[in-house]
Amino acid sequence: MIFVQLFVTFFVIGLFTFGGGYAMLSLIQTEVVVRHAWLTESAFTDIVGISQMTPGPIGINCATYVGYDVVAQMTGSPLLGIAGSATATLALMLPSFLIMLALVRVYRRFKESSMYESVMGLLRPAVVGLIGAAAVILTVDAQWQGVPLLSEPRLSVVRENMIDWKSWVLLAGAFVAGYWGKVSPIAVIIIGGVLGFVLY
Amino acid sequence: MKNEQIPLWNIFTVFAKVGAFTIGGGYAMIPIIQEEMERRGWIGEEELPDIVALSQSAPGVMAVNISIFAGYRLRGFKGAVAATLGSITPSFLVILAIAMVFSGFRDNPVIVRIFSGIRPVVISLILIPMVDMARKGCKTWWAWLIALASLFLVAFVKVSPIYILAVTIVAGVALAYYKEARR
Repeated sequence: MIFVQLFVTFFVIGLFTFGGGYAMLSLIQTEVVVRHAWLTESAFTDIVGISQMTPGPIGINCATYVGYDVVAQMTGSPLLGIAGSATATLALMLPSFLIMLALVRVYRRFKESSMYESVMGLLRPAVVGLIGAAAVILTVDAQWQGVPLLSEPRLSVVRENMIDWKSWVLLAGAFVAGYWGKVSPIAVIIIGGVLGFVLY
Repeated sequence: MKNEQIPLWNIFTVFAKVGAFTIGGGYAMIPIIQEEMERRGWIGEEELPDIVALSQSAPGVMAVNISIFAGYRLRGFKGAVAATLGSITPSFLVILAIAMVFSGFRDNPVIVRIFSGIRPVVISLILIPMVDMARKGCKTWWAWLIALASLFLVAFVKVSPIYILAVTIVAGVALAYYKEARR
């Protein structure tokens, strides 16, 4: 039953997301693209792009979109798709809701405890790695044949995302514009779309 | 909790307004929430940093966590529900509309060309917050080691991020007890 699977998947994602929407992307990607194969890498990349351009938190946007797409594709019914997006979105928020309501009473003590600093000090770098992994998975497809570290990895570029050298120029240009140029993500996406139309 | 009389509908509409004008994630939401809530006298200036700090340390989407906490302060459990539903309703409707229309256009040649340009750019937009977080969160060699190990394990060995996070949390708790015991 796809609705139960969606609910469980997004509930777990909501429970394990630390460090905001971008950290959540790597969880959504692993569950939805890699594990369940509900969507392709490129369909997921499109959803991330649209989630960044539209109002609202990126994690919620992404869940809403994925919920619709997965169910609508599987059943062919837009109405069930709407139910799918509601399921994914509510399941994503439910863990936060329960945990926040519990924390709200004790949070001052919690924040000053040595436990908090100890856990957050390890979580922050782990989350950095997870976000990096999301970007790597959208760029190259890496798979070990047999035993990791003992045998050669098979590396290939994700062709739908990185079509040719122009894709790499766009990637590098967007990083420079966004990081050093402080161009807003929405402007970067719009410019990327215009350049894509002109170049391809 | 200062004002039990704030109608739930008002909480819903204020957070819907905040949700509608937040583009680009939770941090963009903070100044808008601050303005809307201080103007109405719903929270004091000194309360917001606490709300943000707690929202960051709980799992989930930060913007939703802020809404839950702020709504709870206003009207308890019902307020939390109203604020949360308010903050996600605008984006839910916008995304749903786009998803329903876009799935019919995905094979359109013009759309294919446009998204050929957007996809590589989106990858950079994921990398930028990562670099920012690395500069703030990775200040020691072992922090870099954790970051690289989790990147490697997830991207190449295909370990689920959930295991990485679970192990990290357990290690953090164990470390705290260890430090406590040595003191």
